[in-house]
Amino acid sequence: MKTPIYMDYHATTPVDPRVLDAMLPYFREKFGNAASRNHAFGWEAEQAVEKARKQIADLIGASPQEIIFTSGATESDNLAIKGVARMYAERGNHIITVATEHKAVLDTCKRLAKSGYEVTYLPVQRDGLIDLDQLKNAITDKTILISVMHANNEIGVLQPIREIGRIARERGVLFHTDATQSVGKVPVNVNDDNIDLMSLSGHKMYGPKGIGALYVRRKNPRVQLAAEMDGGGHERGMRSGTLNVPGIVGLGEACAICQREMAEESVRIAALRDRLKDKLQSELDEIYINGSMEHRLPNNLNISFAYVEGESLMMGMKDVAVSSGSACTSATLEPSYVLRALGVGDDLAHTSIRFGLGRFNTEEEVDYVAARVIEVVKKLRELSPLYEMVKEGVDLKSVQWVKD
Amino acid sequence: MAYSDKVLDHYSNPRNVGTLDRTDPRVGTGMVGAPECGDVMRLQIKVNEETGIIEDARFKTFGCGSAIASSSLATEWVKGKTLDEALAIRNIDIVNELSLPPVKIHCSVLAEDAIKAAIEDYKKKRQQQKG
Repeated sequence: MKTPIYMDYHATTPVDPRVLDAMLPYFREKFGNAASRNHAFGWEAEQAVEKARKQIADLIGASPQEIIFTSGATESDNLAIKGVARMYAERGNHIITVATEHKAVLDTCKRLAKSGYEVTYLPVQRDGLIDLDQLKNAITDKTILISVMHANNEIGVLQPIREIGRIARERGVLFHTDATQSVGKVPVNVNDDNIDLMSLSGHKMYGPKGIGALYVRRKNPRVQLAAEMDGGGHERGMRSGTLNVPGIVGLGEACAICQREMAEESVRIAALRDRLKDKLQSELDEIYINGSMEHRLPNNLNISFAYVEGESLMMGMKDVAVSSGSACTSATLEPSYVLRALGVGDDLAHTSIRFGLGRFNTEEEVDYVAARVIEVVKKLRELSPLYEMVKEGVDLKSVQWVKD
Repeated sequence: MAYSDKVLDHYSNPRNVGTLDRTDPRVGTGMVGAPECGDVMRLQIKVNEETGIIEDARFKTFGCGSAIASSSLATEWVKGKTLDEALAIRNIDIVNELSLPPVKIHCSVLAEDAIKAAIEDYKKKRQQQKG
């Protein structure tokens, strides 16, 4: 077993060697521009792009013409939301989204709100899921878009997108979902799930960074977008710019592998995740799982280790790569807004760790990580005045804290 | 974030971890910070009543590595000092000693506050005894 051990697959994934092999010729001899219509180099590149478009479409039950290539999910989210907002401005100015969305969605909506759009941020329940009745009640005759992520990037919770899509369809509102964390990990089908627009990213599914896609429905209804990028009119005019052929080939191959292996892989990874969870729960008291275990990605575990600050926990296991919702690890010095939205107190948010398992993790690694976490949590609790006080029966809520 | 060697050393081998008897009249306890802010430091001193020198110090800290290191260092520094000498310790001394980056300066401020709070607690106890 080699260290450090990578268990942060929600942040990014390594490129699968099979994906890299598929990409390499498109850096070397097959370097053509897919828009060069008049020579073999261009044809070769275009053929590769179209093959990839089909591989992506097949994984999500779409048709190839409905796939628009972008630089990643952030761009896809921007294009979907701003593109719909501008295209359908005459129909209405109201957008519904959720408090726990990725910043690529939240900040896009915030920007639109500055230019006259109304945005509703639905709250989530304690388990991280939205209340469908609240969604129904939020829809007005001005609503043009509902944007709800499929799987959350911090807590892995899966929103009921099929029901959300059905509600949107019934009310004649477009439905966008950011499926960056879920595509290739759990089944997603744009027709069964009533999805009109869907963002996905290469590097979260063992493809390369810098490539993503936006699914844009072409029939029932036909979705139109105002382009963000002006230029050569690539991608049906929705996203100009020379296509990133090697990246696209990589994304296509990554999707094809996921389609073949997802059923088996998700069972294997869920078993590893549960093994980790069981080991931690059997050895440590006062640990709390954030978000629904039932409606959750197979590879996610998000736990608060009460009375142990997240950054100090990670510091004690430098050979394990995970991430934390602690303020000390964020650029804003605020604890995770996702955990806050669930009603997790800031005290527990500071102690949260996100484990993201993936394709290349082994049982041996899980056992090692569990042992390291247990060891460091126990050590830091020995150092924690809070743990000592709680063990002495002090109610921390009754203490007058001296805040700076 | 990259930690300095000194922060790593204090984190891995924290000095003077523990708890002194809070009811002992020679012990002063300072607890600063709050759980929802992500750091709580408790620093205790034990003062020799004849010499006025801090003979022992103990800490426990909930917080990031820099908070742990700052409080560990604070216990080392106050030991052997008079109360006035200990009160002269400034957070910037801790910042310099541990090479704390700007985002971690508040850890050093907290450590300075913890020293002051412990001394204040000790003085208050003494006064109550006399009174």
